[in-house]
Amino acid sequence: MRTGAQCIIDGLQQAGVDRLFGIPGGTVLDIFELLYHAPIGFVLARHEQGAVHMADGYARASGLTGACIVTSGPGATNAVTGLATANMDGVPLVCIAGQVPSHMIGNDAFQEADTTGMTRGITKHNYLVRDVDELPRIMCEAFRLAADGKPGPVLIDVPKDIQRAQTAAVCDGKTGVRGSKPLPDCEAAVDALAEAIKRARKPVLFVGGGVIAGDAAAELQAVAQRARIPVTTTLMGLGAFPETDPLSLRMLGMHGSVAANRAVSACDLLISVGARFDDRVTGKIDQFAPNAVIAHIDIDPSAISKSVPVRIPVVGHVKTVLTRLLERLEPVTQREWLNEVAAWQKEYPFAYQNEDGKLASQYVIESVYHATDGKAAIVTDVGQHQMWAAHYYKYSQPRSFISSGGLGTMGFGLPAAIGAQFACPDRTVVLIAGDGSIQMNFQELVVAVEHRLPINVVVLNNGHLGMVRQWQEMFYRREYSATRLGQGERGKNERIVVHEKDRYLPDFVKLAEAHGAFATRVDAPEALPGALRDAIAADGPALVECMVKPEENVYPMVPPGASLIEMVHSMA
Amino acid sequence: MKHTITLNVDNQPGVLARIVGLISGRGYNIETLNVGPTQDPNVSRMTMQVPGDDRVLEQVTRQLAKLVDVRSVNDLTQRRFINRELLLIKVAAPRERRSEIMELVGLFEGKIIAVRSADMVIQVAGDRDKLHALLALLEPLGVLDLARTGGIAIETENHNGADDEE
Ligand SMILES: Cc1ncc(C[n+]2csc(CCOP(=O)(O)OP(=O)(O)O)c2C)c(N)n1
Repeated sequence: MRTGAQCIIDGLQQAGVDRLFGIPGGTVLDIFELLYHAPIGFVLARHEQGAVHMADGYARASGLTGACIVTSGPGATNAVTGLATANMDGVPLVCIAGQVPSHMIGNDAFQEADTTGMTRGITKHNYLVRDVDELPRIMCEAFRLAADGKPGPVLIDVPKDIQRAQTAAVCDGKTGVRGSKPLPDCEAAVDALAEAIKRARKPVLFVGGGVIAGDAAAELQAVAQRARIPVTTTLMGLGAFPETDPLSLRMLGMHGSVAANRAVSACDLLISVGARFDDRVTGKIDQFAPNAVIAHIDIDPSAISKSVPVRIPVVGHVKTVLTRLLERLEPVTQREWLNEVAAWQKEYPFAYQNEDGKLASQYVIESVYHATDGKAAIVTDVGQHQMWAAHYYKYSQPRSFISSGGLGTMGFGLPAAIGAQFACPDRTVVLIAGDGSIQMNFQELVVAVEHRLPINVVVLNNGHLGMVRQWQEMFYRREYSATRLGQGERGKNERIVVHEKDRYLPDFVKLAEAHGAFATRVDAPEALPGALRDAIAADGPALVECMVKPEENVYPMVPPGASLIEMVHSMA
Repeated sequence: MKHTITLNVDNQPGVLARIVGLISGRGYNIETLNVGPTQDPNVSRMTMQVPGDDRVLEQVTRQLAKLVDVRSVNDLTQRRFINRELLLIKVAAPRERRSEIMELVGLFEGKIIAVRSADMVIQVAGDRDKLHALLALLEPLGVLDLARTGGIAIETENHNGADDEE
């Protein structure tokens, strides 16, 4: 006989979990009692949102399933943003939540929240365990579901009495364990796609995070090279195809490259691979790839034709589909189309003003690229710095760019970087953060300090909620309502009486030092390379606060509602 | 267009909320919904009628199919199927109108299942059109209360495409 708590520990071990992120509380004490002796490294986060993002970063960096544990009520509500973030980006993780005892559910008991109700729409699946005999199977099933098919987060809500109850039930990992539904055979669809590629004059590969999740980057590269097809990726697809390769068009979409957006708009065959046609990517939907036959390879049947009508749907594992496709493709040596594309690439690289001697955000990213030989795992927060991290660092390996793409969660970066460093202890991990985002979940820096994780935190301090400020500048008459973080000048609606002009609020260097990390501030471009070198060499976490130009915009930009060819390059 | 969708789902708590959430989250209104057991105690059968855009509902159907608790989904709209609904209706029935009501009920192959001094309860099964027609005739007499099950549906077409019912 085992207790429910023991079934949870055994289930975690059976699933191969070697790191568990979380925070204890009243309804998970029985589990923590056992964790004290279990061979699973526990990471005490300082906020449950941080714990879930850590498990998420761990999963994104490694391809394994992340695991975390939270208590009932406020523990579970704090975890919600983390789960929604993982759900939008299809990240496999399992979250164990404590719940009040079964007989008290629905009574507004102390620290009760309807956790399964709350998380139903933001998880791939969730469970409220009602019978301890089911717990072993649920543990197996949860890990299977999280990783199977299109991955996603799974939550298991376990009432305290269930954790203490005894059961003889075991799970062999098979009997009664459900998984993702079987996929139809894709042979005929692959034939049709191969035929379309043969006929196409102007094909483009449009690659999303599915290629990374499906471990199919090598197959994608082989297909692109054999048929000489240029490749553009979404934000989530960065790293699936080497951006240093001439076939790379870089990222497409609202802040995509001119070459990528023009190529998609001009192509006659658009082959989407594991991308979901997000509105930030397509621009005005009825003018997206207007001349193209659209083919869509995806593991998720419900992703097909969701927003754009697809002529050649191919439902299957991306890796399998691309492998079969490769067998059917004749090698192509040259294409007229590549010359057209190359001209755009040459004429419109990502570029910025750098002659004024001031520290530019874009220059900071380029410097990080050089300081890490383009081999780091880059983690980002959300905002302008996220886009610049996409533009000015060239990704050539999968799992090198870790960012909240779908939900756009500020505060994701620091805990995700911690999770990524736990997953890849030998990799250089660099977090690119904004001064706004880093203030959400800064508390997690302590975790990096106590575990001596050598993460490098680069804060682009522009004194603004920059991305929102950019929209106010471009579309809201330059009325900077609540987007200034600097102390000199604030929105009049904030009614701040005394402006603390000459103070840093917060002083990120002191703040990092107070958490026990190494920290420096950089004001001038010349000082940056040295500061980055020192940070990377530091034994433990280091923060480099970069005082960058306050009112830079991310260009090019497709204004909301416009088509991909209507790109804006400056405010002039 | 109105869609009739049937689902076989695992008989688990929370399944209904998950399915309804998925549909209502898209801003679609479920017009009728029926849940009942099947010959397998682990499986429940749901039938629902949802009016809405064909393309969106096709996508919703595919998302429903993806849910772990959903074993199968069928949108019967483009197929041959039988749809039936049960109606219980209480009408005002003073002595002098009783025979008129009984005649109507007979015509619609219904049944009078309770009679009191001033009202009766009628039970009728049938497709939507039939129930609507009866309701229209009973309305002027004074409908006091009414309960409908919502449609339940079964496909009639065989795998070879031949149909042998209705
Ligand atoms: C949790 C959360 N709240 C609000 C937003 C809206 N938002 C998007 S970008 C942004 C500004 C980010 O500022 P900062 O982190 O300083 O980055 P910057 O754009 O200046 O590089 C805000 C507020 C968000 N994405 N996430």
